[in-house]
Amino acid sequence: MNPIASGRLERLREFARPDRVFDFMAPAQSPVDVSHGPILYLEDVSVSFDGFQAINRLNLTIDDGELRCIIGPNGAGKTTMMDIITGKTRPDTGQVWFGSRHNLLTLDEPQIANLGIGRKFQKPTVFEALDVTENLELAMAGDRRIWKTLLARLDHEGQARIDEVLETTGLSAQRHRLAGVLSHGQKQWLEIGMLLMQRPRLLLVDEPVAGMTEPEMHRTADLLTRLAGQQSVVVVEHDMGFVRSIARQVTVLHQGSVLAEGTMDEVAGDPRVIEVYLGGDEEAA
Amino acid sequence: MTASDNPQAIDRSRQAFLSRSTLLTSVVLIVGMLGVLVLNALPDGNPLHVSSATVALLGKYFTYMLLALAVDLIWGYLGILSLGHGAFFALGGYAMGLYLNAQTSPLPGWQAVMTYFPVAALAIVLAPGLLALVFGWLAFRSRVTGVYFSIITQALTFALMLVFNRNEMGMGGSTGLTRFYELLGFSLSSEGMTVALFIASGVAVLLAFWLCRAIVVSRLGRVSMATRDAEARVRFIGYRVDHVKLALFVVSAMIAGIAGALYVPQVGIINPSTFAPLFSIEVVVWVALGGRATLYGALLGALVVNYLKTVLTGAVPDAWLFLLGGLFVLVTMALPQGIAGLLARRRGRQEASA
Repeated sequence: MNPIASGRLERLREFARPDRVFDFMAPAQSPVDVSHGPILYLEDVSVSFDGFQAINRLNLTIDDGELRCIIGPNGAGKTTMMDIITGKTRPDTGQVWFGSRHNLLTLDEPQIANLGIGRKFQKPTVFEALDVTENLELAMAGDRRIWKTLLARLDHEGQARIDEVLETTGLSAQRHRLAGVLSHGQKQWLEIGMLLMQRPRLLLVDEPVAGMTEPEMHRTADLLTRLAGQQSVVVVEHDMGFVRSIARQVTVLHQGSVLAEGTMDEVAGDPRVIEVYLGGDEEAA
Repeated sequence: MTASDNPQAIDRSRQAFLSRSTLLTSVVLIVGMLGVLVLNALPDGNPLHVSSATVALLGKYFTYMLLALAVDLIWGYLGILSLGHGAFFALGGYAMGLYLNAQTSPLPGWQAVMTYFPVAALAIVLAPGLLALVFGWLAFRSRVTGVYFSIITQALTFALMLVFNRNEMGMGGSTGLTRFYELLGFSLSSEGMTVALFIASGVAVLLAFWLCRAIVVSRLGRVSMATRDAEARVRFIGYRVDHVKLALFVVSAMIAGIAGALYVPQVGIINPSTFAPLFSIEVVVWVALGGRATLYGALLGALVVNYLKTVLTGAVPDAWLFLLGGLFVLVTMALPQGIAGLLARRRGRQEASA
C-alpha cells in the first residue's frame, strides 16, 4: 500500500477509535489554571434588578486553598454574588474568572459545576426521595452525558469515595435512610457531602449553620475548616460567633460592594463596619 | 434488616430491575394474556369462552396502558405533566392509518412511501419522536416548567387537532382515516388478526414496561427523580437538566406513538378527535388514579378506568363524565398515591402485623 493511502487509513482509524469519543464531541474542559494567581477573580461586577442595584462594582479575589467568610447585612448582595459565580445570574458589567483560563460569564450552570465549583444553598436542598448514598452517588464527579448516565454502575472506587465522604460528614449510620427523613443538620451535612463528591476546587457555602443547634454548629465548623486547604471555601454566614470560629479572612459586603476586608479582628474594629453591620448587638467585637 | 422492623430503612429493591412489583406485574401480564388466549380458543358453547369482541376490547386496553406508561415515565419520574400526549398517540395512529389505507388504494404524493411497512414502522416512532424532540428542545432549553409546560402541551395538541381537521392535509379531514382492510397481507376482519393484534399489544406493553423500569432504576432514573424534586440542585451538581428531560420526553413520545399505531387497526379508525385536549387529560387521570411514579400503577389505572368506562357508558351513558370527574376528585382527596399507594399501604400494614 502506498504511504499516502496508509496515512489516510491511519487517520481514519484514529478518527474511528472505539475507546473514546470524537475530538469534536469531547467536552471542552481543561484543568483550572491557578499558576498566575487567584482561583476566583471578580472585577467591577455590577448587576441590578428592576432598578435595584444588587451588586455594585464588586471586586473580590479568592486564593487557591483559602477559607473565606463573607458577611454582610440582609440585602448586601451575598446570595446574588453566588448566583453570578455559579452562572444563575448574568451581571450587567464586569468580569468573573475561574483561575486564569475560564471566563465564567460564557458558561452555564452545569458547565461551571463540572469545572469544579460546588454550591450549597441557603435552604438545605437534597433529593428527598432518594437515600443518602444515592444522593452522594448522583453528585459524584463523572461523565454527565445521558447515555453514560443511563449505563452508569457504581464501581468499587466510587463506593470507596462514598464511604469516605459518609465518614467525613458523619453520616455513615444514615447511609440507607431517605434524605427526606434526615434532621435539618444532617441535611446540611449531606449537602456539603454532595459538594465533596463533586471534587470541587471551589466550594460556595450559603449560610451553613442557619437553624442549627450549638453542637451541630461546632461539627459544621470543624468540617469546613478541614476542607480548606484541599479546596477553596467561601462561606456566607450571618452568625458572627460561627464566623469567628472558622474565619481567617473576612470580607464585609454592604450594598453590593466590598466594605472591608481583613482578619476578623481587623474587620470588627473597622468603624464603618461597626456602623453598618455589627452595630449594637456585637459590642465585644 | 427488613423494611418492617425499621420503617425508615429504605427498600433497596427499588434499585434492582426485578423488584417484587416488577416481577408480579410481568407475571400477571403474561398469565393474563395466555389465559385470555386459552379461553378464547375454547369452543363457542363453553361458558368460559371469551369472545373475539372481548379480545379486541382487551387489545385496545393494552394500547391505553402503553400510553399511560408513557405519561407516567415523564410525569411520575420527571415531574413533567404533559396534557398533550394524545398528540403523539394520534401521530403514531395516523402513520399506521396511512399504511393501512395504502394497502387498498395507492396514496397520492409523498404519502406513497407509507405503502411500505418498514417505512411506516419508522414513521410510527419517528413522527412523534421528532415532534417531541423539537417541541421539547424549545421548551426545556427556555426552562419552561410546571403548569406553563402543561398549558403549551395542551396548545400543541389542540393546534394539531385543527390542522388534521383540514381536508387539505390529505389526512381525511374531520372523518379521519378509516376503511382499513389489510395489515401485512392479512385481513383485518379475521379472528386470527384480532388475536395477533392482542398479542402484539400485550407484548408491546410488557417490553415498554421493562424498558421504563430499566430507565427508572438506572442512574439516569435517579437523576430524573432528583430533577423532579430539586431541579436547581441537579443543575448545580453538573447535569444538563434540559438534556435529561428531552431524552425521556422523546422516549415517552415514541412509546405513545407505538401505542397509537397498535390502537388504530384494532378500532378501525383514527380521526382528529384523538388530538382533542380532553383525551390527553383523561390519560393523566388514568395515571393519577392508578398511582403516579409507580409503573404498574399506570398500567392498573388505565385498565380500571377504561373498563369502568366501557361498563358505565353502556349502563349510564350520560353520567360517565360526572363519574370520571367524581372518581378523580375522590382519589385526589382520599388516595393521593392512587390505587398503587393503597396496595403499598396495605402490604406495609400486613408486614407490620406479621
